Amino acid sequence: MSALISDPAAVPTRPSPARTGGLLGPLLRSKLVTALASPHGVDTYLERFNPMWAAHEVRARIVSVHRETDGDAPVATLTLQPTSTWRGHRAGQHVLVGVEIPGIAKRFTRAFSISSAASGRGERFTLTIRAHDEGQVSSYLVRQAQAGQILHLSQAQGEFTLVESPATPTISRLVFITGGSGITPAMSMVRTLLRDGYDGHAGRKVTFLHFARSAEDQIFATELAEIAAADNGVDVHLRHGDQVFSEFELRRLVPDYKETDTWLCGPPGLVELVKTAYGDSTRLRMEFFKPAVARAAVSTGSTTDAPVIEGDISFTRSGKTAAASGASLLEQAEELGLKPEFGCRMGICFSCTRTKTAGTVRNILTGEESAVPDEEVRICVTAAAGDCHIDL
Amino acid sequence: MTELLDQPAAPAADEKYHGLTHDEIDQLGAELDALRLRILADLGEPDAEYLRKVVKAQRSFEIAGRALFYLPVIGWVPAVAALSVSKILDNMEIGHNVMHGQYDWMGDPSFNSRMFDWDTMAPAENWKYGHNYMHHTYTNVVGKDRDVGYGILRMDPEQKWNPYYLGNPLWAFLLMTFFEWGVALHDLEAEEVFAGRRPMFGGENAPIWRRIRKKMGKQVLKDYVLFPALTGPLFLSTLAGNAVANLVRNVWTFNIIFCGHFPAGVASFSVEETENESRGQWYLRQMLGSANITGSKLMHVMSGNLSHQIEHHLFPDIPARRYPEMAVEVQEICERYGLPYNKGPLHKQLFSVFAKIVRLSFPGGSQKEAPVRGPQAVTEDSLAA
Repeated sequence: MSALISDPAAVPTRPSPARTGGLLGPLLRSKLVTALASPHGVDTYLERFNPMWAAHEVRARIVSVHRETDGDAPVATLTLQPTSTWRGHRAGQHVLVGVEIPGIAKRFTRAFSISSAASGRGERFTLTIRAHDEGQVSSYLVRQAQAGQILHLSQAQGEFTLVESPATPTISRLVFITGGSGITPAMSMVRTLLRDGYDGHAGRKVTFLHFARSAEDQIFATELAEIAAADNGVDVHLRHGDQVFSEFELRRLVPDYKETDTWLCGPPGLVELVKTAYGDSTRLRMEFFKPAVARAAVSTGSTTDAPVIEGDISFTRSGKTAAASGASLLEQAEELGLKPEFGCRMGICFSCTRTKTAGTVRNILTGEESAVPDEEVRICVTAAAGDCHIDL
Repeated sequence: MTELLDQPAAPAADEKYHGLTHDEIDQLGAELDALRLRILADLGEPDAEYLRKVVKAQRSFEIAGRALFYLPVIGWVPAVAALSVSKILDNMEIGHNVMHGQYDWMGDPSFNSRMFDWDTMAPAENWKYGHNYMHHTYTNVVGKDRDVGYGILRMDPEQKWNPYYLGNPLWAFLLMTFFEWGVALHDLEAEEVFAGRRPMFGGENAPIWRRIRKKMGKQVLKDYVLFPALTGPLFLSTLAGNAVANLVRNVWTFNIIFCGHFPAGVASFSVEETENESRGQWYLRQMLGSANITGSKLMHVMSGNLSHQIEHHLFPDIPARRYPEMAVEVQEICERYGLPYNKGPLHKQLFSVFAKIVRLSFPGGSQKEAPVRGPQAVTEDSLAA
């Protein structure tokens, strides 16, 4: 764990061509090179030589995989060396990680919070991930990923970050309330405060209240113990097992919590309790990882042969909804007066492809059901098989 | 679900369509659907590996080709050869197939049909509409499939003759030479423009024309200005080399594509007979309206497996590398149903196409060279098999 306390960004990074001499990068991104590489883009040529060479895309090599906890849903921390195109991250941000799962050859992309302190351009950072049963990507990254593998990344994103930068610090107090793997963005913030603060101090009073299923399931246990023991201005309160959040306890720790900047990240149960406690306070900031899980298809014991489909289709861009009827998503959208692009209406031309952001759908041609989030579907041959969200 | 799948088929129940009863056509559709599902379920690592291998080879040929132009005189022929191979692979086995959505399942943005663009004049977005939707949905429906004669040739006797078509062989030759320009401009739908139904560059053509100009500008800048300029004193040599590589690609793709739907014996269809078509009938039309080229594995790769045009038209969204194995089953199905399965070596199919181009430059032409047309046209021979 001590390896994690030491600043990952301090590890010297290997220069890649886009950095060397500070000239190659701008050259590779120049109009000239873009015109020469048209229409495919310069990265597809650079990649032939070294997957860590990039002018625009962001990729990362896994430097190490460190198992944090074991059990049914183990947690691991992955240290990543990004390409020089990585612009760095602010504490609390997340990144989209694309992984090709071996065997099925499909790339899946999921968001993960960054657990290391704020990073600069091209600097190493860590992801701390819990392997969920239903999560193909998280499970793969925790259980099978190995040093040397290449991941596809987005730039860091998200506004669940410390309000002010180290350059303009304030002394106002902070509260972090987290549950389970929701600890990661808060951990990044605490690490950043301790790194950038004065003489090992966070520079202000910080209360860190975390809930874990059990002591064995506690992520960053050693480092948290060290932070708690040190003279640094950070109070750490760990609650395990049946100890749920209570407004009474929070009030005891932070009497004026409603007037204190608070970051909340955790499972829905915890989020609900904390939201209730804060009422209409504007000081509470939240981050959600998993969108509300949609109901899968339910075949109720009806008298007819066809299974009754229960669920609501929500066309998220237009804000319209409809009850799933078994008709194609295209037809259901048209019934609502939407005019999505379409072509053959039989699944061959891909004109109507849209993103299903969440929920379960059924391919009308194959009968195959899929609950994979952020999946591209041809809406002319896809019907809802439960609640689903379509980017339309 | 859609009008193409669900509504009752056009012919009456006791009427035969291309020699098959209604039930037989439905059964044919079910068999092809089953084949489709079996291959779809089997897609995985080998398919992804194959595509990455082809892309890697294409990029290597391209880099080698661009580099060899720096070698005066002796480098020129190998440079043109490498660049021609690169462009053919890019357009056929990679571009055409990726833009069909054959590899969308991989979830890799670089092989996604919505994001991919190819090394040719036609902008991806325009081409996908005209090809994936219009051509693949209305294959060989005279009056709807704009790839029947591409708006400039007479490739079907049902196209009314006029003296302009005396130039059929010349127009075809010019189209072959400037094929990438022709394919790009094809999406402006010149026949609609000449019929006065839309303006050439304005109205609904405005965004299409904007994309064409932009893409043509990029292609010209790259092949005819920047890469030649980078070779300094060899400017003209590189310029000529790039032009020849583009020409080689044009000639090859034109020939492969014309062998797909125009050899003798390939059927065309009327708008009326394809109204309210069932899925089985759609499959049947794709089979009767396409022709295959037999040949070596190399020929199949260089044609983007469009040498398996029949399988491509039955299963346009299945990775083309699967067509050879599917062809064995499709051919067996054709035999069982007494349907023609049009295939032949490249020279035979080409000769047949050129004979048709010449014949149809004159009036008539619905006799010997005419494609099979409708139920009446099905011969006893084809049914007896």
